[in-house]
Amino acid sequence: MKTWIAFSGIFMKDMRSYYLKPPNISWGLIFPVAWTLMFFLRSPVAVEVRDLLPGVMALSILFGTTSMLAVTITFERKSRSFERLLLAPISLNLLMLAKTSGAIMFGIINAFVPVIFAVFLADLSGINWLMVLASVVLIAITSTFLGLFVAVSVSQVFEAQTFSNFFRFPMLFLCGLFIPLADLPAFIRPISYALPLTYGADILKTAISQTGVIALPVSFIALVAFSIFLFFYSIYNVNRKWIL
Amino acid sequence: MRIIEAENLTKKYNGFKAVDGVNFHINKGEILGFLGPNGAGKTTTINMLTGLAHINAGTVRLMGEDYTRNAKKAQALMGIVPDESNLYEELSGRQNLCFCGALYGMEKEQRENRAEELLNQFGLHEAAEKPFRAYSKGMKRKLTIAAGLIHDPEILFLDEPTTGIDVAFARQIRSLIVDLHRKGTTIFLTTHYIEEAERLCERIAFIVQGKIVREGTVVGLMEETQEEKIVNFTLGGEFSAVESEFKQAFPGYKLKPGGNSSVSIHSPTSFTLLPFVQFFEERGLPVFEAKIVRPTLEDVFVKITGVDLQKMQTGQGAKPGKGRKGGA
Ligand SMILES: Nc1ncnc2c1ncn2[C@@H]1O[C@H](COP(=O)(O)OP(=O)(O)OP(=O)(O)O)[C@@H](O)[C@H]1O
Ligand SMILES: [Mg+2]
Repeated sequence: MKTWIAFSGIFMKDMRSYYLKPPNISWGLIFPVAWTLMFFLRSPVAVEVRDLLPGVMALSILFGTTSMLAVTITFERKSRSFERLLLAPISLNLLMLAKTSGAIMFGIINAFVPVIFAVFLADLSGINWLMVLASVVLIAITSTFLGLFVAVSVSQVFEAQTFSNFFRFPMLFLCGLFIPLADLPAFIRPISYALPLTYGADILKTAISQTGVIALPVSFIALVAFSIFLFFYSIYNVNRKWIL
Repeated sequence: MRIIEAENLTKKYNGFKAVDGVNFHINKGEILGFLGPNGAGKTTTINMLTGLAHINAGTVRLMGEDYTRNAKKAQALMGIVPDESNLYEELSGRQNLCFCGALYGMEKEQRENRAEELLNQFGLHEAAEKPFRAYSKGMKRKLTIAAGLIHDPEILFLDEPTTGIDVAFARQIRSLIVDLHRKGTTIFLTTHYIEEAERLCERIAFIVQGKIVREGTVVGLMEETQEEKIVNFTLGGEFSAVESEFKQAFPGYKLKPGGNSSVSIHSPTSFTLLPFVQFFEERGLPVFEAKIVRPTLEDVFVKITGVDLQKMQTGQGAKPGKGRKGGA
């Protein structure tokens, strides 16, 4: 009960201080909207919109979540208020979950902005929405934990931004979002399979346009495994670097 | 009862011993002062006691229970006030307190009541709804202390509570600390202001270069270093007129004249005042004042540590800009 109060306290404070702030809401919405328009307006054929949807959704999640952690963690760490959390009587695991759950929610909401646009531009019948939701949640979790991984590896907000771009932009091309994995040079493909977004986007493709190429169980297991690894590696780093 | 016991506590940074095998304890209800110059290891000690730094060697116990490897179980009973205010700039004073209450698992109503109580106690009621960033430095420090008390901790850690604060706020903060002490709060306080330690603390540990060089009650420390008893007399006339006669009458005493009508008498052992008073009165020199001269804590500190106090005090000025070591 007591840990739950602390958990929800941290979550609610982040919501109020960061996620529900007008600049973030608008940024969080404008960004996916811009992506959406950019891609959709170039593809007048409705079928293509549906093909682009998985990639645009995955991107919205990736950029939404990773950029938030640079603020909620790196910034608080810099201003030393993060110490307050480290000194609170709740376990490090729970603390980091509380700090990341806001970003996960933010990512999930971001994912559905392109869907709203797509509704007007294409026929979305026959989509497996349950699978869409499952993969959106998993992509949001892995992307958030990727952001966490970056946030605990640096000490400045700008470093966090730069370092996460180092991951994010290559992922645009490597994760099969817009360029099918099969079209990538063979020597690059192993890198694709080492990136969690590849699996998330593939599930989305299966759910939306039945064009996924990886077996579903493999993708789900890979995403869960990435989440667990990134989370605990980050905890390990916090313990090693931030508790002196 | 001992609230905190630290045994052989050691912290190394890349082989450099920031804290080097210190031993001390804090009794329930007392204020223990850690007095030492910049870089002595005061903050590092607090960090180890509160779980913000891993302990390289030694043990710490809270009310008898070892928490060296797991500070989480002890943290619920600790209130921690760092040397720089670390509350949330965008939250109001009240929201900050309530948030801190939530971190310690306090129910909504309970933390709201406690926040209200603390805002009143710390004279911050007017500013309760202002964002923290709009607070002055002194107000920030007060709110940070209040935040440390939100959950009624068993022990409060205060890291240099008055450093970098103007005189008026520093005085307010000291009197708040005295109040807390009167109400029975156990406090661990670090400072490099000797006067502050002397005024606030029952017991003081001198820490220099990671080691505790002496520890004791304020009175005890002074008596220990006092090698001779000194009494200063203020007379109603010139001492020089009776000086030679005085030396004959009291051969075993050293004299230090201080101005025309005053004299200090030094003796290696205790002595009574009446014979001296009688001597002066009989010679037509009324005694207006006789006071026992004690060494100041400053004398004690210099004597024990050999640390140049002047250097230590200028160290205070150098404090801003220091920032936090070892970012990531
Ligand atoms: N994270 C760190 N990495 C390396 N050295 C450190 C670290 N933290 C502290 N030190 C060193 O350990 C020593 C003790 O530092 P500490 O901050 O505990 O001193 P202090 O007594 O609190 O001083 P001050 O009065 O300046 O606050 C100093 O020499 C300091 O440079
Ligand atoms: Mg310090």
